Amino acid sequence: MITFAATSIYMEIKQVPLQHVHEKLGAKMVPFAGFNMPVRYSSDIEEHMTVRNCVGVFDVSHMGEFTIKGTYALDLIQRVTSNDASKLIDGQAQYSCLPNEVGGIVDDLIVYKIKENDYLLVVNAGNIEKDWNWIAKHNTKGAEMTNISEDICLFAVQGPKAVGVLQKLTATDLSSIPYYHFAIGEFAGVNDVVMSNTGYTGAGGFEIYVNKASAEKVWNEIFRAGASENIKPIGLGARDTLRLEKGFCLYGNDIDDTTSPLEAGLGWITKFTKEFTNSANLLKQKEAGVTKKLVGFKMIDKGIPRHDYQLKDAAGNVIGKVTSGTQSPMLSVGVGLGYVTTENSKVGTEIFVDVRGKGLKAIVTKVPFV
Amino acid sequence: MTIPDSLKYTKDHEWIKVEGNIATIGITDFAQGELGDIVYVDINSVGQEVGQHDVFGTVEAVKTVSDLYMPVAGKVVEFNKSLESAPEKVNSDPYGDGWMVKIELKDAAQVSALLTAAQYKELIGK
Repeated sequence: MITFAATSIYMEIKQVPLQHVHEKLGAKMVPFAGFNMPVRYSSDIEEHMTVRNCVGVFDVSHMGEFTIKGTYALDLIQRVTSNDASKLIDGQAQYSCLPNEVGGIVDDLIVYKIKENDYLLVVNAGNIEKDWNWIAKHNTKGAEMTNISEDICLFAVQGPKAVGVLQKLTATDLSSIPYYHFAIGEFAGVNDVVMSNTGYTGAGGFEIYVNKASAEKVWNEIFRAGASENIKPIGLGARDTLRLEKGFCLYGNDIDDTTSPLEAGLGWITKFTKEFTNSANLLKQKEAGVTKKLVGFKMIDKGIPRHDYQLKDAAGNVIGKVTSGTQSPMLSVGVGLGYVTTENSKVGTEIFVDVRGKGLKAIVTKVPFV
Repeated sequence: MTIPDSLKYTKDHEWIKVEGNIATIGITDFAQGELGDIVYVDINSVGQEVGQHDVFGTVEAVKTVSDLYMPVAGKVVEFNKSLESAPEKVNSDPYGDGWMVKIELKDAAQVSALLTAAQYKELIGK
């Protein structure tokens, strides 16, 4: 039956600095975005529920980090990103994307404003080189760009108990940091740690950026502080189901070089208050209206939607395809994201997912699903 | 991980147990562990003759979907209906309550050509 996980024989697979820790914890490691990553420690569903109900820790050190500094830092960021970074105050972060010149998306990312002329961009692991080259190509005025991806570890500590656990490790008042804001300070005895009220789970919690040299100490301190809450390590499997329940896009699945941010429902991070790559065409697209839209849908018939399955209307016409799908651990029902023609995108529209030749009924649903 | 000596195995990670003319089929402990949480076992071959190596159903884990292949030719006579409400039995008891189908054997000789427990262990490197 089984093709469990692709193992690549021709591509060099990188390791996250704490690989030995994950192996000791019994993680199943799989290649993802060029890195050998923990996909599961015990059970996807158990790990999912741990984050929804309590607190769990993801090692997402594969993510890429660039610093952009100097007089022209904001100018460069404004040119390459779709959201309006001029609105950021010190200590604030912003979800954004890098539009390409042909209507698609180079990557989605988070832009952190540390202070004036000092920004941090956090990008997807699989796109580090592509993004770097893309941004560098647009860096005509000479902003200082540094790729610090290999020096930084990132732990996402997520769940309703996360803030309580993390607060034991820092004097910074975490509860005073709003969503998409951050502080830099001492954490677990380590200086210059970024404590960011962000995440990819919709469960609350922080993302902790720490220098590689101190990463294992910080990881251990987080687990020590969380022991009384039964804190657990969480794999990429649960990360995917957690983000999907909240309707968050995954680059490479739901958005890519060919999908427009407007089609993807990312109009809220596409600000025409400034000029950026392809902004004139995207503005035209906004005014004319998009022909397809990314929607959430929930299965009515029993079945699980998967990436690339066809979506059809009641008459059997192909209206789009699934970009992400799973069984929601919270709802115990199949849920997915997919592009459909605009006329089929309204919440409540009945659509059909082609699962192994059977047209299974689903309904377009507002996200988040939970 | 358990790999009972009393069963026969396929390289596709199914197991088969023969009692008279009837054989019970499921997936191995190794397979369930690799797939992760099983959330749906979709079998629509009951009543059908299915050839050796042909698909008799699919198993869906949270992250993946995999076809199920017949270790030997036969007619599918029963599906383990308890998996409709409790597919996680495939994880918790792959050789017991997590069985998937029963078949009527077409050619009992095909069974003896399948992998022994020792051969299957070698295949998965245990």
